[in-house]
Amino acid sequence: MRTLSTRRRHPLAGLLVLAVGLLITGGLYAAVAPKAATAEETASTSDIEAGRQLFLVGCASCHGVNAQGVVTEAADGSAGNYGPPLIGVGAAAVDFQVGTGRMPMAQTAPQAPRKADEYTEEETAQLAAYIASLAPGPQIPEERYLDWESVDEEGLAEGGEFFRTNCTACHNSVGAGGALPNGRYAPSLDGVEAKHIYEAMQTGPQQMPVFSDDVITPEEKLKVIAYIKTISEQPNYGGVSGGSLGPVVDGVWAWLVALGSLVGFAIWIGWHGTRTKKR
Amino acid sequence: MSQTYTPVEQTSTGKKLAGPVGWLDDRLGLAGAGKKNLRKVFPEHWSFMLGEVALWSFVVLLITGVFLTLWFDPSMAETTYTGSYRPLNGVEMSVAYASSLDISFDIRGGLLLRQMHHWAAHLFIAAMMVHMLRVFFTGAYRKPRELNWLIGLGLLMLGILAGFSGYSLPDDLLSGTGLRIADGMIKSIPLIGTHVSFFLFGGEFPGDQIIGRLYMVHILLIPALLLGLIAAHMLLLVYHKHTQWPGPGRTNENVVGYPALPVYIAKAGGFFFIVFGVIAVMAATFTVNGVWIYGPYNPAEVTAGSQPDWYMGFAEGALRIFPPLEWSWFGSTWAMSVFIPGLGFLGLLFVALGAWPFIERAITRDQREHHLLERPRNAPTRTGLGVAGMTWFGLLWIGGGNDVIALKFGLDLNAITWFLRVGIFVGPVVAFLITRRICISLQRKDNEVLTHGYETGVIDRSPDGGYSERHAAMPLAKQYALTAAKERPKQIEAPELVDENGVDAPRSRRERLRHRLRRFYYYGAAVVDKPTAEDMAHAEEHLRGSNEHPVELGEDFQGVSETGVPRVH
Repeated sequence: MRTLSTRRRHPLAGLLVLAVGLLITGGLYAAVAPKAATAEETASTSDIEAGRQLFLVGCASCHGVNAQGVVTEAADGSAGNYGPPLIGVGAAAVDFQVGTGRMPMAQTAPQAPRKADEYTEEETAQLAAYIASLAPGPQIPEERYLDWESVDEEGLAEGGEFFRTNCTACHNSVGAGGALPNGRYAPSLDGVEAKHIYEAMQTGPQQMPVFSDDVITPEEKLKVIAYIKTISEQPNYGGVSGGSLGPVVDGVWAWLVALGSLVGFAIWIGWHGTRTKKR
Repeated sequence: MSQTYTPVEQTSTGKKLAGPVGWLDDRLGLAGAGKKNLRKVFPEHWSFMLGEVALWSFVVLLITGVFLTLWFDPSMAETTYTGSYRPLNGVEMSVAYASSLDISFDIRGGLLLRQMHHWAAHLFIAAMMVHMLRVFFTGAYRKPRELNWLIGLGLLMLGILAGFSGYSLPDDLLSGTGLRIADGMIKSIPLIGTHVSFFLFGGEFPGDQIIGRLYMVHILLIPALLLGLIAAHMLLLVYHKHTQWPGPGRTNENVVGYPALPVYIAKAGGFFFIVFGVIAVMAATFTVNGVWIYGPYNPAEVTAGSQPDWYMGFAEGALRIFPPLEWSWFGSTWAMSVFIPGLGFLGLLFVALGAWPFIERAITRDQREHHLLERPRNAPTRTGLGVAGMTWFGLLWIGGGNDVIALKFGLDLNAITWFLRVGIFVGPVVAFLITRRICISLQRKDNEVLTHGYETGVIDRSPDGGYSERHAAMPLAKQYALTAAKERPKQIEAPELVDENGVDAPRSRRERLRHRLRRFYYYGAAVVDKPTAEDMAHAEEHLRGSNEHPVELGEDFQGVSETGVPRVH
């Protein structure tokens, strides 16, 4: 204690006390003061920082260290896109792309296929927080827009109308998927989480157009999700459906199963009919 | 064993039936007709039952179709659906679609019967096609059966039309899309297309008439025509007598087989129930055209995976792969990229099939009647052309489902299109050449077995150490079956280009063309003549030693496999 008492009149002692006081006050304020109501309110600074670290390791090689994208230039001078800029795509886009395993891509392809997730749910949330912190963009939907079981019959019919008008042209009438030019495709909607269907409509991943909240409101999106979920979970009323891919499958069954078995029966009858000699 | 034969009129059943049967015979004269036709002999072979599959599925179509007419309402009036299918409850739709949904969900057994009807339709056309292929590849359409071939072709065409009109009735999104394509095809007819379309649809597509009109076509017009043509087809079959495979005792002048009563009445009757059963099992276990998943037709909507039923798939494929080609002349649009593949390819297929028996006859100048079937290998050019046609059809078929194939096999849609654009020209040529080669090789194989016999697997060692395998002669009955109906190639003489006065002969140009076609038909690749009598006599002498085989070969012996095990058929 001698040290403290002998040094208390040191020329720098006052300065030290002031610095300590400021630190305590600032620390207390930072700990207890109400946060500003910004778009990134759910994401803590540490989430954003953790997301940035993950981004630098897993994404930056294609999307650039600041998520500004990587532009390529081909031999003929045309500009290409190695990885698009992610500034402003929002948390919803990250949650969709990473949450369904489409990102990170395994290799360049006409389209990123759905595969097993590379990141845990927490890491996905951190990445989403980082991208969302760069610029405002579509948010991950609230729970109330995902509770499709709450949709009533009228809403279901309305959702079906939206689905047939906007979605079936690519995704097929039960969401079994469909082919698009040059090796691209609209994927199957079977077993896709409601959250991801919502985010896909909102952000328009890959070949998909954006259905923003002005075009299809969140309530209407919920109805579309309810229709998709209802028809993909209902039983196959007519029996084995062959993936609901339409008349091509019917034709395959007709030739292979129906005609095939009847030709088999015809051979059997021809073989075991009345014969001049028995084997 | 001795059996006593009791005349039928002395049995107890016969005594009971004598009265009613006599009453009927007095009024209808059935005994005379029955005596002749109930004992009609038909030959036996499984491939002769393919047409029967088509006939029986048509009967199933009639039975199930009558049931469906009780509930289906072909009206395009608007209504709001209030049935049991929840996802469409409260949706505006046509009465036709609502009644299709009611048949599927609210009428007892409705879905089963509807699916039976649809499966039976698929089967009807598929069976007609394989029956037609059987007739083609065995040469059964040759004189005197050319007209029956044409009637069969008419049945196939009507069957396709019946299928298409039925596919369009439920007025769901898929059937409406199909109708729209048909409308597009009609509109693509130069100059008159639009007028024809407006006439058929009663105004601008879709209008409010077409379902009612198609309903009439589907349940009245086409079934009546089908029934009439089926009757004509069968009467001609009875009149011409059925063709048969060559074999011992079978000639061009007789039919060897079993009588209609009792053998074929029982067999064909039993086969009807098998066909009915297969269709019923299919309907109970496999979905066909689940109309509820498509929703009501709305011209602004379309669904991925929209295809016609398989029998229109080749026309759809032609439409999909045809490059854009459209002109604007004299104030009207000439949509050749729809007209040529849509109607042109369809027309080409049926004209080619209809003309073939006459083209072949013009080439061969064969005026004889043929009641013995020809093995496909013995007519290499015909078989090659048939396989080329199947290849062409199959490639266009792939085109009709290109999106499903691209999706399911992870392929590039555009790559499939380009593959098919080239393939429909190259594929049939390659298929023709390969098939004709295979036919010729198979003929050579036949000749080899005829003249050198079967391998027995018995190896002899000669005193000087050489090894040789004993061969056994082919059974005489089989030798006969293989050679009896095989024709010797025609001697082709170059046409006379000038007449006896040294003047250019009239029609010499046509003669030259015919000559060229005959050369192509008979001598296109290699000619394999069947062994002559001398060849066979020589072979018999050569094979005489095989009788000293240590093991009894039996009359069914057909050679041994590579492991030395006798082949049994």
